[in-house]
Amino acid sequence: MSAMIRINNVSKWYGEFQVLTECTTQVAKGEVVVVCGPSGSGKSTLIKCVNALEAFQKGEIIVDGTSVGDAKTDLPKLRSRVGMVFQHFELFPHLSITDNLAIAQVKVLGRSQDEATEKGLKLLNRVGLKAHAHKYPGQLSGGQQQRVAIARALSMDPIAMLFDEPTSALDPEMINEVLDVMTELAQEGMTMMCVTHEMGFARRVANRVIFMDRGQIIEDCGKEEFFGSPRSERAVQFLSKILQH
Amino acid sequence: MDFSQILPALPGLWQGMALTLQLLILAVLGGVALGTLIALGRLSHHRLLASAAKLYVNYFRSIPLLLVISWFYLVVPLVLQWLTGNPSPVGPFTSCLVAFVMFEAAYFAEIVRAGIQSIPKGQAGAAYAIGMSYGQVMRLVILPQAFRKMTPLLLQQSIILFQDTSLVYAVGLMDFLNTARSKGDIIGQPDQFLLLAGAVYFVSSFAASALVKRLQQRLAI
Repeated sequence: MSAMIRINNVSKWYGEFQVLTECTTQVAKGEVVVVCGPSGSGKSTLIKCVNALEAFQKGEIIVDGTSVGDAKTDLPKLRSRVGMVFQHFELFPHLSITDNLAIAQVKVLGRSQDEATEKGLKLLNRVGLKAHAHKYPGQLSGGQQQRVAIARALSMDPIAMLFDEPTSALDPEMINEVLDVMTELAQEGMTMMCVTHEMGFARRVANRVIFMDRGQIIEDCGKEEFFGSPRSERAVQFLSKILQH
Repeated sequence: MDFSQILPALPGLWQGMALTLQLLILAVLGGVALGTLIALGRLSHHRLLASAAKLYVNYFRSIPLLLVISWFYLVVPLVLQWLTGNPSPVGPFTSCLVAFVMFEAAYFAEIVRAGIQSIPKGQAGAAYAIGMSYGQVMRLVILPQAFRKMTPLLLQQSIILFQDTSLVYAVGLMDFLNTARSKGDIIGQPDQFLLLAGAVYFVSSFAASALVKRLQQRLAI
């Protein structure tokens, strides 16, 4: 399998404080990798390094053959090919749902307004929200907003999707509607890197699980191995805490 | 008191008001445009640019407007002459407009900066993540939201500017107040004209302020 995302020895500091220490892993095409770990472990920072929303000082990240840290890399172009979904949705509140889905298609990819709107509506239909096309983000529930955010990312025909705690800001009853969309996406073969605490989702959908603590990748293995017999003490502790409830 | 002299003076007074409003509108548009650029400069990661923008704001906020108006009246023609090689008289209106735009830009810049900073960081993150350039992030995502939030403050500052335009008397420009005063001086009865001018400034500024407050409440919902 060819690696879609390759992370080699990446280290990152905020001033004196080291947030990432020599992280190395990769995500193959079509693979679903769940990144978990206690808060402050650097998992969100790591995933944000993949599309250069965060800079890193050492190591390299290669996305589909392009080096993210290279000063010559056309970052907007690279980012337009990698979808990202955020904890707080980050839909654009001053634009209707239709325009939220169309704006980057038109302004970044140069598609026509009609083509972009049509594609947006198709994706909106897919996440079950076609009836809300004319509304504004503030009129939707959190779960609905996150589904729109996923559709927005998909509208760019991404080669991979990054999810940064997509269900952490949601009320419990809305978590499943978002996880269902993500599950469907995974089953269709989308390459996905998901920072999440949803271990049920990881068990069901992930190919691999990465466990991080204090900026380091502690475990990086198949999900059976991770849930069956994690090697590290810290992963065992983390799992026992998170699976208790 | 005798107000009978006011009626025949109305066309002249209206001309003065037209000049005041023309100056106000152009100065607000120019000041907001320049102020936005300065705000973006202040928020830039480019250190030199950020310090230059900060210096600009602090400089213009530390000197009196009257000084800037007189200064530009004298300096703008000289600069143009230096640039073009020919004597270039620019007239008081243009020099005043340049002075107001540059002076007000310092105040507008601080409003715009606060407006930009009030938009959650994640919005820019999401806009970058979807492939937008810096210019697109600002133009399509951040500034539209920021301007919506800061419109009441920009209007409030414009009301202050409306009153400050009267300082153009220093270079002999016939705005509303200057016209009113000279009409009164001609007939030797300045008091009635000054009272009228005061009433006009008060009523229009007060009404505009009230409208801005209502707008603010509506936007707050």
